[in-house]
Amino acid sequence: MTEALEPTQSNLSPVPTESWISQFGDSGFRGISFLAALLTASIPFWMCVLIFKDARPAIAKFGLAFLWTQEWNIDQNLFGALPYIYGTLVSSAIALLLALPIGVAVAIITSEKVLPEGLQTPIAFLVELIAAIPSVIVGLWGRFILIPALEPFQQFLYSHFKWLPIFNTQPFGPSMLMAGVVLAIMIVPTIAAISREVFMAISQDLRNGAFALGATQWESIVFITLPAAISGIFGAASLALGRALGETMAVTMVIGNVNEISTSLLNPGNSIPALLANQFGEASDPLHVGALMYLALLLFLVTLAVNAIAAVLVRTLTRNA
Amino acid sequence: MSDLYAPLPPSKKLFNFALSVTTFSLSALALIPLLAMLWAILSKGIPHLTWDVFTQLPAPAGMKDVPSGFANAIIGTVVMVAIAAGLSLPLGILTAIYLTEFGKNSTFASGVRMLVTILSAAPSIVVGVFAYAIIVLPLKGFSALAGGFALSVIMLPIVTLATEESLKLVPNAQRLASAALGAGYARTTLRIVLARAFPGILTSSLLAIARAAGETAPLIFTALFSQNWLEGLLGPSASLSVLIFNYANSPFVDQNNLAWAAAVMLVGIVVFTNLLARWVTRNRRTTH
Amino acid sequence: MLMFSSPNPLPSKPLNPTKTAQNKEEQPPIPVIHVQDLSCFYGRHKAVEGVYIDIYERHVTAIIGPSGCGKSTFLKTLNRIGEMESNLRIQGRVELLGKNIYAKDTNLNQLRRQVGMIFQQPNPFAMSIYDNVAYGIRTVSRPSRSVLDDAVESALRSAALWDEVKDNLNQSGLALSGGQQQRLCIARALAVNPKVLLMDEPCSALDPIATLKIEALIHELKEKLTIVIVTHNMQQASRISGYTAFFSTDEHRIGQLVEFGTTSQIFLEAEQPSTRDYVAGRFG
Repeated sequence: MTEALEPTQSNLSPVPTESWISQFGDSGFRGISFLAALLTASIPFWMCVLIFKDARPAIAKFGLAFLWTQEWNIDQNLFGALPYIYGTLVSSAIALLLALPIGVAVAIITSEKVLPEGLQTPIAFLVELIAAIPSVIVGLWGRFILIPALEPFQQFLYSHFKWLPIFNTQPFGPSMLMAGVVLAIMIVPTIAAISREVFMAISQDLRNGAFALGATQWESIVFITLPAAISGIFGAASLALGRALGETMAVTMVIGNVNEISTSLLNPGNSIPALLANQFGEASDPLHVGALMYLALLLFLVTLAVNAIAAVLVRTLTRNA
Repeated sequence: MSDLYAPLPPSKKLFNFALSVTTFSLSALALIPLLAMLWAILSKGIPHLTWDVFTQLPAPAGMKDVPSGFANAIIGTVVMVAIAAGLSLPLGILTAIYLTEFGKNSTFASGVRMLVTILSAAPSIVVGVFAYAIIVLPLKGFSALAGGFALSVIMLPIVTLATEESLKLVPNAQRLASAALGAGYARTTLRIVLARAFPGILTSSLLAIARAAGETAPLIFTALFSQNWLEGLLGPSASLSVLIFNYANSPFVDQNNLAWAAAVMLVGIVVFTNLLARWVTRNRRTTH
Repeated sequence: MLMFSSPNPLPSKPLNPTKTAQNKEEQPPIPVIHVQDLSCFYGRHKAVEGVYIDIYERHVTAIIGPSGCGKSTFLKTLNRIGEMESNLRIQGRVELLGKNIYAKDTNLNQLRRQVGMIFQQPNPFAMSIYDNVAYGIRTVSRPSRSVLDDAVESALRSAALWDEVKDNLNQSGLALSGGQQQRLCIARALAVNPKVLLMDEPCSALDPIATLKIEALIHELKEKLTIVIVTHNMQQASRISGYTAFFSTDEHRIGQLVEFGTTSQIFLEAEQPSTRDYVAGRFG
């Protein structure tokens, strides 16, 4: 220790060799991690630019009319996206309609005091486990188990409600409705997890206020918690919608892959991701590839928009709470 | 004060009862598919999970009494996930290091964070299209490399965002203590921050790997599929997930059965990796 | 906030800071650190303004003052660790042995090896006791095991921790008690042979017995190096320091150095009324 006393000179600079190396190592390290961040951040741009570049033949030829043209004929090089856009939107809408009440119900029983805590966490875990199952396996199950199991249900809808345009065709298995059901199963975990977080972020004081006025547990949930959480629930729904729009494998395996637009949900249909999955492997004509790229670009942009809305909605709530 | 013991009015009782019933039955509805799925996978898959499955190539469609399996798909999945991990883990971890250790709240760092979030929201099929545009088209062929690249783009945002969270959990006092001893950023980050965040990073890496192993859409037109053994990284490759997709759509029952067996295998991998990830995190909790 | 056991600002058993300071004044004290017109800003907010102070070699300088007076901020400018922690900006000049530490080409790592720091919360690394102490040494060189062993032992002895841990050097540093952890942090800092040791309320997280041990340690260490200690505890300041700087805030909530002198001056015959009030426990 004594030698520390002797030098009364500071050696801030010139610096000894070892620390010159460490200084260089520092800027090198900083530089490398900066480049990594730059590369990572550039990927979404790169993605848009490349897909756009390869979509150009189709964009040039069909323009915006692509969006409302119904014909998709590979032999004649005629491409219109309407059936796929329609199928994507309708199947996602069905999914959202079915999944929203279920997801919110799960969020309620796993966050509000209607169940003992020892049960809440396992239930939340199990529901989130659904999200970990690869979608191709959900599709496999949908095709071989769910569709046969729901066959009587589809028949029932047809035989009793065929006066409704949405149920006016004879079901034969794969259908828009089945795609919606499978998608619903897959997006319930998203809605449940985010709504649960939103419920938990709502201050307990708000609930206590309701209890102090004599409200029951359920009254406080319906009249206090849910209204306070509404924008967060919308956010969860948008996020789930984003997931549903882009979901590919499970939908492909149960939607039927028929390029028709039909009002009946019991009829098979098609969706953008399903079409991409089925045709990209065989596409060789630049215009065909271009049309598929055009669809991929649309899908990407729409998903981005939906996710951006979700982010804004969830953020406003967490900020207010 | 006899009011204190008065029962709730019937209308309130009915309201509470109706809501309880609705909420609980809807929640049950959420759990039924999971249980049904697990049951179906196990009951339909396990009987076909023979030794051949792990060692043989898929038999040609419709051929009976020929040993059939998906050894090539297992190898393909392992190789492509390895490529994906090799690309995405270093890049994602370095990006996260930049965000927490250097960029912090700068405009650039916030921009990077936003773009990574965008990437995480990109549909996996679009990621496949990207890999198709960037590797399959220029190289004029489907390849395991393209498949691995597509999976790495899926993993990258997961790894980056989760690693960033782990790094943020490292107390700043540790960084300051290291800096106060004259250690630079490189040493502080590698020796102190990463060491401390290691279990968290390992957990998120495992989860990202589990996710990549189950992905199908990014592989279906990048790695395509193959009935044969993997022939180098520039050739097409089988994978468990694409095998399930292809064989589920097959009219041959034997191939359907193989799809169920592959599903058991894939779910097994995913569940095992998830459990491993949880175990790593639990271990950390007990040591600190 | 102040922990007086009696209204008397002086401790019952002072370690005679007056005498200590005066003894060394016979040879005029050498300034190790010279601070000239130093101001600190967090973003646009000015936190500390216009500090002039000399830190004398082989003395303990205590920095006291009410919360939010910028004493901790000031301390962290002396090894430039504050700018790592937040967006701290500096105006003015800080010289370490005649060299401006805010010069553009300052090697921060080198600076921090000469000006060590002990933090409010003990912050040992999640590694063994041995590796904790060896960390700073290994940062710049790879000495042989025996050299390293000697350095670790010497640092632990200087921090009065050797006898307690010599049989468990491979144990995690986090397994020690709070007071031991803080002495481990001191050993870790001593291992790189700093000229100056900054201590930011090193005892605030410790119990009274552990606090006494650290104070005794400081008393020994000042024979060998220069110590600057921020403390909330005025008894502590008067027990251990030769010089005391009193910081306070002005009407704009900007921290300022109100008065600086030997500890006996500050505690017994302060010139500024606010200093007198503070050491008497009348505000803060």
